[in-house]
Amino acid sequence: MNKRIYLDHSATTRVKPEVLEEMLPVFTDYYGNPSSIHSFGREAKKLVDQARTRVAKALGALPEEIFFTAGGSESDNWVLRGVSYANKNRGNHIITTAIEHHAVLHTCEQLEKEGFEVTYLPVDNYGMICLEDLKAAITDKTILISIMYANNEIGTIQPIEEIGKIARERNIYFHTDAVQAVGNVKIDVKAQNIDMLSLSAHKFYGPKGVGALYIRKGTRIVNLITGGGQERGKRAGTENVPGIVGLGKAIELATEDIDSYNEKLLKLRTKLINGVMERIPYTRLNGHPEKRLPGNANFSFEFIEGESLLLNLDMKGIAASSGSACTSGSLDPSHVLLAIGLPHEIAHGSLRLTLGDENTEEDIDYVLEVLPEIVQRLRDMSPLYEKVKGGK
Amino acid sequence: MYSEKVMDHFTSPRNVGEIENADGIGEVGNAKCGDIMKIYLKIEDDIIKDVKFKTFGCGAAVATSSIATEMIKGKTVEEALKLTNKAVVEALDGLPPQKIHCSVLAEEAVKAAIEDYKKKHNKQ
Repeated sequence: MNKRIYLDHSATTRVKPEVLEEMLPVFTDYYGNPSSIHSFGREAKKLVDQARTRVAKALGALPEEIFFTAGGSESDNWVLRGVSYANKNRGNHIITTAIEHHAVLHTCEQLEKEGFEVTYLPVDNYGMICLEDLKAAITDKTILISIMYANNEIGTIQPIEEIGKIARERNIYFHTDAVQAVGNVKIDVKAQNIDMLSLSAHKFYGPKGVGALYIRKGTRIVNLITGGGQERGKRAGTENVPGIVGLGKAIELATEDIDSYNEKLLKLRTKLINGVMERIPYTRLNGHPEKRLPGNANFSFEFIEGESLLLNLDMKGIAASSGSACTSGSLDPSHVLLAIGLPHEIAHGSLRLTLGDENTEEDIDYVLEVLPEIVQRLRDMSPLYEKVKGGK
Repeated sequence: MYSEKVMDHFTSPRNVGEIENADGIGEVGNAKCGDIMKIYLKIEDDIIKDVKFKTFGCGAAVATSSIATEMIKGKTVEEALKLTNKAVVEALDGLPPQKIHCSVLAEEAVKAAIEDYKKKHNKQ
């Protein structure tokens, strides 16, 4: 295989050289435990604090409002369980959406078994929630609203500021899973009335296995991970110092460069989307036409199935993903694609291409050259396409 | 995740297409679950002279259809009816556990096509 093009940046990203450069000495030179009193420990502590300040700056938060975790899933779990348990004297109702990441959805399902009630807001065909639905779902038992900033599959960006306003007016905690948004969208937790926010370093050119949770000062939340007194007694476990340092550097770079990065991705994405829609008939673009992550393109190609498409693309060196059942290990296609109203057979034929830093115009040209042939080859093999051809 | 044999049949599927005026056609699966297999048979003197398939589905669905057509071509109808999903899996050097249902579909598609042939030709 000669050419390899990575178009799966919503799955994960490569670590930037500048990020790795800051991480490397932490493994070998600054290896002290931040809880230790000696100079080794103090050096490590200083690095963790520096990273915390960088994360706080990127979000418009205070350093003492940032807590490091093992990633987005832990941050989401912590919020849902931590806020629910800490506030059950106030109520037992949580509002979320039908298109959340499984870290939120599966945790909500667990909480339902424990007696909490969860409303899963529907979304429109673009994957957008309706603010009126949100207002109508609020009861005097509602303690938490958890709505993702941007969707990982279709890239739709929710009206976060408006949601924050609604939550704040009613004195309900508002959490957003911003795992896909950080580095792509400008975030200001104070201006947007966000009480809690989950993020994960590997989505913005940082290392895997490290994330953070922003918790607004004064929020009632209990611990998820118990043990030692790390993270001001709120998250036990010896800090992943190299990871935290990498997270700090990565978020600093991601927020500094956000305008030029957005501009670059938007240009490539427009070329990609227009090119695909022009070249391939019976194709639909999933997600919102404008309010979407700059690097996200999600298509459904009728009459074919996503896994076959991914295998063919992979043979041509193109790395992508799909919401088809065959790639999820279940018989149902992606819950997000079903929630935006796609019939099962259309959802099975979805393809997600997510652009990033290292992609070029040439990459898009190559995709536009290869993809139509692959889709046609699979359609020629499909009994569903035969029926359409016959009818025309 | 897939064996070389599966990838070979996926990338160069044998017997793709349709047969005009087929003696038997079998279609199984549904689009909702993400797999449809359609098998066309040309049968003379109870022998499967030609077989073609069309499949909507994943890599394993294409590969199992392809190898199943190879396994029944030239066989008698009775021999073809003995095709099992296990034999299909073995011929492909195995399938991942979540893909075994594709081999079941391949077996069912062959049986449905023969059933159709028998019905059309008053063989039952």
